[in-house]
Order: sequence, then structure tokens, then C-alpha cells
Amino acid sequence: MSLVTIDELTDVQLDVLREIGNIGQGNAATSLSAFSGGCVNIAVPDVSVLGVSEVMEFMGGPDEVVAGIMVRMTGAVCGMMLTILRRDFVTKMVDTVFDHRVEDFGELNDIERSFVEEIGNILSGSYLNAICELSGLSADVSVPDVTVDMVGAILSVPAIESAVNGSKVLFIDDGFMFSDKYERYAGQKASCHMIFIPELSSLNRIFSVLGVGK
Amino acid sequence: MIVVDIAQFSVARGDVLITYALGSCVGVCLYDEIRGIGGMAHIMLPDSSVAYTELTPTERRRYADTSVPDLVDAVCRAGAGRFDLCAVMAGGAQMFGVASAAFNIGQRNSDAVKRALAACRIPIAAQDIGDSFARTLWFDTASGRIEVRSARRGTSVLKSP
Repeated sequence: MSLVTIDELTDVQLDVLREIGNIGQGNAATSLSAFSGGCVNIAVPDVSVLGVSEVMEFMGGPDEVVAGIMVRMTGAVCGMMLTILRRDFVTKMVDTVFDHRVEDFGELNDIERSFVEEIGNILSGSYLNAICELSGLSADVSVPDVTVDMVGAILSVPAIESAVNGSKVLFIDDGFMFSDKYERYAGQKASCHMIFIPELSSLNRIFSVLGVGK
Repeated sequence: MIVVDIAQFSVARGDVLITYALGSCVGVCLYDEIRGIGGMAHIMLPDSSVAYTELTPTERRRYADTSVPDLVDAVCRAGAGRFDLCAVMAGGAQMFGVASAAFNIGQRNSDAVKRALAACRIPIAAQDIGDSFARTLWFDTASGRIEVRSARRGTSVLKSP
């Protein structure tokens, strides 16, 4: 089996990744909705393969402050899953669940911070489940690690890994819609973002199991 | 204002150099105070020996052991005095705790930059490294003022004119 790098995926392989993204987002919306008492609905996810600098621009530039939640995967699928939550997503979620209006990340208390961590955990778990469901491979995830800081610095963590593994990452732009349950945000869209950086051997294992390897 | 991207460097005379969001990366400023010439690098990895193939000039800017001597050459070509240079460095944080502790890239990056500067015999005038937060490095080559800006600590002056 020859290794394919993330820069040279075929259309079929990209479709497989998109399908993982779709299933993952379905899982994520279900869990997030249950977790938050029904405040979000599903919207359409957008899965793409991007360079780290493109992701950075998408987020509003390198010094934009966001919450980053990282989990590492080990087992048959190894790699890193990074969840990026922008300020508007976090402040709206915190307001709907805790009835606490915050303007900025700095105002989050311990419980709210661990709530943010749990969102990352749920989201990355949902995508990881999708990979495992589809491929029949198994993986373990580490305890989530959260930091609130400049997106450029957070993304340099996968950038450094991908400098070794190939220059692109799998980027999922995940849209959620706030339900009518909370009038203040009813119908508003909030996005969170998932970045999946599988180890090359794991990526190839997924493709090979699904019959789209080289 | 000249923006120095990740794994790049730039040289300036009279302009402001800035590099955003140094996490585990290390930003290095070189300055010849007498001639007002400065350079800035945004270094991503400690050691070029991890690369399989021969590095292009651009790829050399990723690694501490190749980027620092190349930046020294570049500021000297721009007219700086080889023995009038001093360095200021910032970054080398650990953005995530437990999950990436084994990798410890921030610490390794700052150690490698210090080794590379020592090998070029350039003294470090000031530094702000380590911990777990991101830094933006701002350097006015006209005045020699160097600042570190962060979401967590605000702005601090590393070097005054």
C-alpha cells in the first residue's frame, strides 16, 4: 500500500472524508442539542481540505481570539482533532444554557469553561465516531485540552504536525442553528469548526478499509 | 508595516516589523542599533535535520538552526554590522497542556534559537518565552522599540529605544 498524502487526495477519497464530515455533524448536532436542552438544530456542514493559512484567514486573521479544544487519537486511527469555537458561538451557547450574558471569553467562569471544553469533547467524539462507524476501525481519545487564545497560535499546533505530514488539513465548517426555544437567538446561525489531522498511515488505513486506497 | 508570516523572515530599515500569534513558534528580532537596521524571523521548528530532502532557501526559514544564520546574513547584506547585532526573542509557549506535553515543541524551539544565536555570537538583549499563551511581536526598526502583545497580558515593552 503506497501512502497518499493529504495534498493528493482523489475525488473519491475527498468524498469519503466529506461523508465522514456529514455523519459526524449529524452525530454532533444530536448530542449538542441534547446537551444544551434543545437550543441548536442542524445546518449544513461544509467539508474541505485547506492549508493552515487558509483556515487562519477564514477565522478572521491570526490574532483573532477563539477557544481551541484539542483531543489526540490513538489506536487504529491516530492523529489530532481540533475544535475551534468563535466568540459568538461560545457567548450564545453560554447565554442559552446558563442565562449568563458574556461579551468575551475572559468573563467565563469555571463551570462555563468546562462547558466549552465539553462542547469540544462532544464535537470531536461525534466525528471520531463517524470515522469508526464508517470504517469499523477503533480509536481512543485523550482528555480534551482547552485554551482560549489567538487562533494563529492554536493553529500552529496542527501546522507543526502537518509540516511533517503534508501541508493541508481536513477542515469542517459546522453550522448550527439556534432553535425557537430561545427567542433571543432564534433562527441565528452559529458556527464551530473542526480540524482533523490524521496521521498519514491512519488516513491510508481508513481509505484502504473503505476500498478507496491506492 | 511588514508582516512576517509563519516560517518566514524579513529585514527592514525604518519600517515596523510584526509577526502575529506566536504560540510554540519563536519570534526573533535582530537589531543593529547604530545603523537602525533590523530583521525578524518567525520560527516554527527547532532542527532542520528532520527534513528528508535538501532544503530550499524558503524552507530553511522554518527551522531555528537554519533560519537564524540566514537572517544574520540577510541583515548584514542590508548593511548591518555583523558585530553590532543584538537579539530579542519571544514565544515558545505550550498552547495545550497534557495532550501535547510529550512533544514540548515550544521549549525545544526556544532552546534551539538560543543555541543558534550563541553559535552566531549574538547576545540576547531581552526575551519573553515559555508559559502557555500566544504572543504578537512588534518591532519598530526606526526607534528600536520592541513590544510583545498578548490577549492574556496586554502589551509589554521588551526593548525601549
